[in-house]
Amino acid sequence: MAALRKPQRNKAPRRASGALESAVLAVLWEAGQPLSATDVRERLLAHDGGSADLAYTTVVTILTRLHEKNALYRQREGRAYRYAPVADEAGLAARRLSALLDATADRNAVLSSFVNDLSDADEQLLRALLGARTHGTSHPARG
Amino acid sequence: MRVFVYATPLFPLASLPLARLATTRLHPRHTTWLLSLAAVVLAATSCGALGLVAIAALVRIPTLAHLAHLSHRVIATGDSTSGAIATIAGILFGAALLATATFTIARTRSLAAAFGHARALPGAASLVITQDQAADAYTIPGNPGRIVVSTGMLDALDTPARRALLAHEHAHLHGHHYLYATAARLAAAANPLVRPLAAAVEYALERWADEHAADTVGDRHQVAAAIATAAIAAKHTRARPSPTLALGAVFSRTSTPRLDDAGPVPRRVAALLAPAPRTSLPILAAGLVVIALAGLFALEAANDLQDLLSLAHVAARR
Repeated sequence: MAALRKPQRNKAPRRASGALESAVLAVLWEAGQPLSATDVRERLLAHDGGSADLAYTTVVTILTRLHEKNALYRQREGRAYRYAPVADEAGLAARRLSALLDATADRNAVLSSFVNDLSDADEQLLRALLGARTHGTSHPARG
Repeated sequence: MRVFVYATPLFPLASLPLARLATTRLHPRHTTWLLSLAAVVLAATSCGALGLVAIAALVRIPTLAHLAHLSHRVIATGDSTSGAIATIAGILFGAALLATATFTIARTRSLAAAFGHARALPGAASLVITQDQAADAYTIPGNPGRIVVSTGMLDALDTPARRALLAHEHAHLHGHHYLYATAARLAAAANPLVRPLAAAVEYALERWADEHAADTVGDRHQVAAAIATAAIAAKHTRARPSPTLALGAVFSRTSTPRLDDAGPVPRRVAALLAPAPRTSLPILAAGLVVIALAGLFALEAANDLQDLLSLAHVAARR
C-alpha cells in the first residue's frame, strides 16, 4: 500500500472528513459493485468538480478507516484493494455483498444455497407437489 | 500383473450405478459418506494404475533402466505393455495430475475468498441478515462459517418455515459439508468418470441438511413447504434472470414436467413428502465392497510392479 504521508489538508476539521466518508460510502453504494481507491476518487471528482485537489492517499485513508469500522468489505485484487459497503445498518443488498465473492470464486462451488435456481418446469412441478399435499394426495407427479 | 493394473482403471465405470443406488436407497448422511469416499478412492486408484502402466513402460527403455540401475533383461521378461497403451496411460496420468493441481488451486482460492467473506461480515453472530428484496439464503464456509439470509427471504417465509431454513443452514455449517463436496469434486477433476459421484454427493448434502431440518422442526411436510416457498420466492424476486434458466424453460416447454428429469429442488421436496429415508444395508455393503476391491486391485498392481523392479534391481547389481 502507498505510504501514508500526512497531507496538510488532513488538519481540516473532523466534520469535513466525516462528510468525505459519507460521500465515499455513497459512491460505493451507487456503484453496486466493488471499487478500487482509484475508481472511488474518479467518481468523487466526477460528482463535484470542486474537490479537484482530492489526494489519492486521502481516499485510501478514508477507505481504510471505513474498513476498520466494519462499514466496508474489502478484497485484494492485484496490488490494490477493492471495497464494497457492508450490509446491516446501511441496508446493502445481499447480492452486492456477494459480488466480491462472485468475482473471485465460483459461488455455487463454495456457498451452499438453501434453494437452487428453478426452471419454469420445476416451478410447475413444485406447485403441483404442494397443491397435492394440501388436497390430500401424496405423489401426484411420479411417472 | 496385467490383470490388476488394467482392471483398476475400470472401477470408476461403477460410478453412475453406484450414485443412483446410493441416492435412492440410503439415508442422505450415508449417501454422502459412501459416495465421497468412493469418489476419492476410485479416482486415486484409477489414476494411480495409469501411472503404474506408464512407469512400467518407461523402465523398458534400456537407457532409463540403466539409469535406474535396473536389469533390462529382467524387465523385458516381466511386462509387455504395448507402447501405444503406455503412451495413452502416461498422457492420461499427466492430464489427471494437471487437472488435480488446477482444481486444487482454484478451489483453495475460492475457499479462501469465502473464509475472508465470512470473517468480514458484520457482527459476531452466525446469522447475518441483509436488507434485500431478493429472497436469498446461503451458508458461507469459514472459521466460523456464516449464514446469510436476506430480508426478502424472511418476508417470504412464515415462522416454522424460517426455523426449517435455519436448521438446514446450520446443518451445513456444523457438518462442514463443504469438505465432502470439495473432496468429491477434487476426485472428479482427477478422473471425470467419477463425476456422477460428485454430483450425487452435492445433492446428498442438501438432502442431509433437509433431513436434519425435518428432525429439528419435527414435520417433514413443513420443511418441504418451506423449500418450495423459498425456491419460488427466490425465482420471482431475483434481479437478473440466469441464462441457464431461460434454456431450461425452452427445453421443458415441450412436455409436462416429470420428477425424473426435474431439478434438485422438486426432487428434494418430493423426498420430504415421502416417508423418512432408511439405509438399505445390502446397498451400503455393496458400495463398500466396490471401494475395497478397487483399493485391493490397486495395491496388487503396485505390488506386482514393485516386485518386478526389486528383482530387476538385484539382477542389475550382480
